[in-house]
Amino acid sequence: MHRVRVRVVEDALDANATIARANRADFDRHGVAVLNVMSAPGAGKTTLLERLLRDGLGDLRVGVLEGDVEGSLDADRLAHLHVPVTQLNTGSGFGGECHLDANMVRSALPSVPLEDLDLLIVENVGNLVCPAEFRLGEDARIMVSSVTEGDDKPGKYPLMFRACELVVVNKIDLLEHVDFSMERFDGFLDTVHPGVERLRVSARTGEGLDALRDWLVALPDRAAAPA
Amino acid sequence: MHEFSIASAVVDTAVKHAAGRRVTVVSLRCGRLRQVVPDALDFAFGIVARETVCEGARLDQELVAAQLRCDACDRGWEIEVPAFRCPTCGTADVAVLSGEELEVESIEVSETEEAGCTV
Repeated sequence: MHRVRVRVVEDALDANATIARANRADFDRHGVAVLNVMSAPGAGKTTLLERLLRDGLGDLRVGVLEGDVEGSLDADRLAHLHVPVTQLNTGSGFGGECHLDANMVRSALPSVPLEDLDLLIVENVGNLVCPAEFRLGEDARIMVSSVTEGDDKPGKYPLMFRACELVVVNKIDLLEHVDFSMERFDGFLDTVHPGVERLRVSARTGEGLDALRDWLVALPDRAAAPA
Repeated sequence: MHEFSIASAVVDTAVKHAAGRRVTVVSLRCGRLRQVVPDALDFAFGIVARETVCEGARLDQELVAAQLRCDACDRGWEIEVPAFRCPTCGTADVAVLSGEELEVESIEVSETEEAGCTV
């Protein structure tokens, strides 16, 4: 027996990137813009979607792909909003992947009515690390961070706060009750991702949601425009 | 905890290139910006590699420094913490030259020769 060194020089995430490109090609063919929504567990992604979808996103036909480790609690919450919701579970029995990857999204696509959509919102699994590594074939990524998580999160999880085009600070209605300094948060954010767009909202009271709605409504046009 | 996801991707890449041969070493170039904890990745690799041709293989990790260059003033520098603004001119027109690698650089495989020739 002898040993041989084999030169590889391949990004370990190439396989994911290849599938993400295939997803993207499918989305483009159907003229669907795709948004990947990421956050820690409990930052309010689902409540935010509930609120936004309840009042609609202009004339956009919206669909949701719900990523969860287990169960369909989030999909159930969105079920009454009259938008197509597809549940995607990453778990099999106990435990499961802590993020969505391109292949999981690909496997769910047959259940997503792409031909009837202008915008597909993918709600990623709540997690502040892994989702940043895996592109899904999306046009844009939003990072939702709530004031109850503390103002140091961009400094502690720079991968996530760099891997997005928009940072949404949620639960601002609780600002007076928590030790959260917006200035400090912005300072951390400016260090890890200078100049990234940011919006401050409360999914509960609706404050700031008009600006977020405008951002989302403009996404399909931005996605279609040549880079 | 993303070390498990990364370890899976690394093992998959190694398995693909091993083409059925047993892998003894996987050499990985890992950028600082990936925020990988080497010990955690090593641990995850050992578990994920089980029941694949990578089982028992050693994972060699080369940490690649995070090098930035300012497009505005052309200054180049290395960062130890995730700060992406030019320390000289303060702009955010900063290019990441290195530090985002997650590259399986090579693998070492053992090849069994004809019967009687094993050394």
